Amino acid sequence: MTILKELKRGVLLENPTFRLVLGMCPTLAVTTLAINGIGMGLATTAVLIGSNVVIAALKNIIPSQVRIPCYIVVISTFVTIISMLMEAYVYPLYEALGIFLPLIVVNCIILGRAEAYASKHSVGMSALDGLAIGLGFTLSLTVIGSIREILGAGSIFGYSLVGENVPMATIFSLPPGAFFTLGILMAVINAVTNKKNPRKKAAAKREA
Amino acid sequence: MGLVMIFFGAVFFNNFVFNRFLGICPFLGVSKRLDTSVGMGLAVAFVMTLASTLTWLLQKLLDLWHIGYMQTIVFILVIAALVQFVELFLQNVSPTLHKALGVYLPLITTNCAILGIAILNINLGYNLLEVVIHSLGASLGFTLALVMLAGIREKLELSDVPKAFAGVPLALITAGILAMAFSGFVL
Repeated sequence: MTILKELKRGVLLENPTFRLVLGMCPTLAVTTLAINGIGMGLATTAVLIGSNVVIAALKNIIPSQVRIPCYIVVISTFVTIISMLMEAYVYPLYEALGIFLPLIVVNCIILGRAEAYASKHSVGMSALDGLAIGLGFTLSLTVIGSIREILGAGSIFGYSLVGENVPMATIFSLPPGAFFTLGILMAVINAVTNKKNPRKKAAAKREA
Repeated sequence: MGLVMIFFGAVFFNNFVFNRFLGICPFLGVSKRLDTSVGMGLAVAFVMTLASTLTWLLQKLLDLWHIGYMQTIVFILVIAALVQFVELFLQNVSPTLHKALGVYLPLITTNCAILGIAILNINLGYNLLEVVIHSLGASLGFTLALVMLAGIREKLELSDVPKAFAGVPLALITAGILAMAFSGFVL
């Protein structure tokens, strides 16, 4: 039950991309293809789970004055491990993500979760939190990547959806398309939640 | 000629915000007002040039000792320490400058543009002079993008926009249009 609740919180209620607007750089940069979005999301999830677990386990040892440098060391250790593993086993993805793989270190989502959650909760709960928030991030990246790949390249996960000679909206594969896609998606999500909330408030009023 | 190309390439063609997607968090966060965006831009320029010079020298040491895999850890710690040091230094030497840039300095530690340019300089194989020119160009490009967006957002505050678009979504769309303009700078 708690697992489902945590997952719902990470993926929907506190979605790092659309709700908290964190980790914008990789969100915009690597989502030219859906597969890159998934790869970036999963790499971040792995780092997030690892750093959350270690920081939760060490929370009583780390002095609070120097906690931020300690967190950064833990996080960058995991980033180094993950990027070495990716270089060894999924080289094309490693190439595609490029500079944004080491830059997971400065992704504010990870330091944010360490500070706000892992430093106060148990190892198990922190691992779950890392998984939930990481999956939320992966989902948003995959959605943005899919939209940009369908509109810009006419394919999804590399499978072509249209014929060879159909002109596509290439702008969605280019940098401006990243800003447009994210901006419009965010506005749509705002519109949906704005519509939902007044009804909830009205319902709460009626009950009271 | 090469240095001029590196400089203008970093300002326009490979603009950090619009083309490389580095430093988007402060780009969206600090671009609500024109004067704060100028302050942030200056602080980034200062730290970026210092940090990329220092990390370039450190990379030589890492290569010498064959521990290139320590790059990420070493760089981020050096940048964090450098930002602290710069803050202390400014506090004692130039209180006026510290007052102007102080609030932005802590934000810069986790600004991916700084670590980004440090790693980028190594990947591109620049020498020390090229590193300095590249960092100056990149930070100027970042400041330009920030100031442009802030100028537009100050005007947008006054206009009537659909509720769902207010704030970040509209800033993103504006940035998209600016990015379209910047993609016109093809060498």
